[in-house]
Amino acid sequence: MSVAASIDNATPALFAALRRIVGGALPVLAIVTLIVAIWYLAAIGMNRAWTLDQAQRTGVALSQAEVIADTMSQERPVLPAPHQVAAEIWNTTIGEPILRERRGQMQGNPRNLIFHAYHTLWPTILGFAIGGFLGVLLAVGIVHSRAMDMSVMPWAIASQTIPILAIAPIIVVVVSNLPALNAAVDQGWISDDTKLLVPKALISSYLSFFPVVVGMVAGLRSPQASDLDLMRTYSASRSQTFWKLRLPAAVPFLFTSLKVSIAAALVGTIVAELPTGARFGLGARLLTGSYYGQTIQIWSALFMAAICAAALVMILGALERVVLKRMGARA
Amino acid sequence: MRAVGLAPWGLPALGVALIVWAALNDTRLALILGVWFGAWALNAYLSERARSPGARLVVPLIFGVTLLALWEMAVQLYDISFVILPAPSAIWARMITETATLWADFQQTILKGALAGYAMGCGAAFLTALAVDRSTFLQRGLLPVGNFIAALPIVGTAPIFVMWFGFGWQSKSAVVVAMVFFPMLVNCVQGLKASEVMQRDLMRTYAASYPQTLIKLRLPTALPFIFNGLKICTTLALIGAIVAEFFGSPTVGMGFRIKIEMGRLAMDMVWAEIAVAALAGSLFYGIVALIERKTTFWHPAQRRG
Repeated sequence: MSVAASIDNATPALFAALRRIVGGALPVLAIVTLIVAIWYLAAIGMNRAWTLDQAQRTGVALSQAEVIADTMSQERPVLPAPHQVAAEIWNTTIGEPILRERRGQMQGNPRNLIFHAYHTLWPTILGFAIGGFLGVLLAVGIVHSRAMDMSVMPWAIASQTIPILAIAPIIVVVVSNLPALNAAVDQGWISDDTKLLVPKALISSYLSFFPVVVGMVAGLRSPQASDLDLMRTYSASRSQTFWKLRLPAAVPFLFTSLKVSIAAALVGTIVAELPTGARFGLGARLLTGSYYGQTIQIWSALFMAAICAAALVMILGALERVVLKRMGARA
Repeated sequence: MRAVGLAPWGLPALGVALIVWAALNDTRLALILGVWFGAWALNAYLSERARSPGARLVVPLIFGVTLLALWEMAVQLYDISFVILPAPSAIWARMITETATLWADFQQTILKGALAGYAMGCGAAFLTALAVDRSTFLQRGLLPVGNFIAALPIVGTAPIFVMWFGFGWQSKSAVVVAMVFFPMLVNCVQGLKASEVMQRDLMRTYAASYPQTLIKLRLPTALPFIFNGLKICTTLALIGAIVAEFFGSPTVGMGFRIKIEMGRLAMDMVWAEIAVAALAGSLFYGIVALIERKTTFWHPAQRRG
């Protein structure tokens, strides 16, 4: 077959793929453009008062265009314009070294946003691992024991109605006073930095276990009665039914809830940094930004958090596709 | 062959063995374990035998009371420092004496901040969903973007809103609006799409107008989704209102009180506020769930027995 013919054959498929991409991306692009446009208009509207006020004080008459230009280049605007936030993110990630020399050794540079993101991401991943593991364990118990279903499930729901921020300071106090943890630090098994990370991870696991429990219980119960009957006719034991039927059936549910759960874990870590006086991390960056009225810094930390959340969810999504493909699901 | 199975008497035997082992080493631990296994055995018995609706209420109640009892026992028996973990009895005593303060904080944070924001945010999301619903183009764009934003740590906008709207309850409501808007919007948009093509075709053959189709077919089929959104948002609303108070508040409010009492190491007061928040949250969730059961009784998820 000639090259031309093969291209010819590939063309319809190519066009279909192209149409799918454009058809999916175009509406999303339109909405994003709309949001950015609204944002710019809001920035002009909200920052105007300050600009006009300044102009009146110095007695300068500004033209309409000058006013608009000024609303987008203030140092502490009420609402920073999108390009200001983008520039700040660029300057504090690419424009700053991640490490800097201090007291003779290389340390993380607190002016770099990636450094702060790193301090938030580690507890998030640790907390997500703890929460995900506990969630799966609880779900397995709930599906197999009626007593657990009836006694634990209502309290699992109630536990999520406790505002996490309220218990965050308590968890920090309790955990940092745990004899076992202090002993581990004394023995040199874990460093002081790791010890500070534990309470944050626990708080984020508190938020992340719940979606996994709910999704996994639904997943483990998703096999139909006829499937379960079939297993019974094979005289399969409960553990065989679990490994060969319930668990594979639950995998798609598991991934869906894991994606919700890791986003919740990130929220948990950021919230945990607020009342605990953390010096590093995106939550700490939000707090210092709010103390000093650095709105651009607040927004850039917020967007960094958004990028982290998106990256974590995307990684899980990729893992989901690989696993489901291995299990023989149609894409 | 049973790989990981246990005989019916396996678990109780394991429990008794554990208690005996603990009794030989530490009587306090044996006492705690004894209460735990006793209550668990009672629950296991009740949940297997009694299938009445009463059991549905009693079993979780026993579980909760057991947890409280274990907490109290652990604090008393092991002399845990008041600063680390106060006993439930101490927290209860504080709740009785400080009822007026707790009520004032509850009014400020829950009734003003959270509820106002919840109503505005969910209402706005519902109206937006209705508006977007008429254009498939907007829907296809809004769903991924909305899902993305719903997964973001919106709590982080709290300092911004406190700057914009001041220290009063208005800024807390604004945070709550931002937090609940997108989860609610996504659920509403999905719900409005939930009716089947056949059903919509049927409405068309009846020559039903757009409002008629909306009210008689599409809103009822959307209700389970809408309530799902409303339930998720109850928790978000409370978190948002309390978190926002950490960035600035008048001298009343649950988040404010927790921050202040934490600094004074009055842990019983902190826990009292948490207890109120948990009760309020559960009640809020319960009310929404109750309304859901009354209005979507026809849905398979709500049918019992």
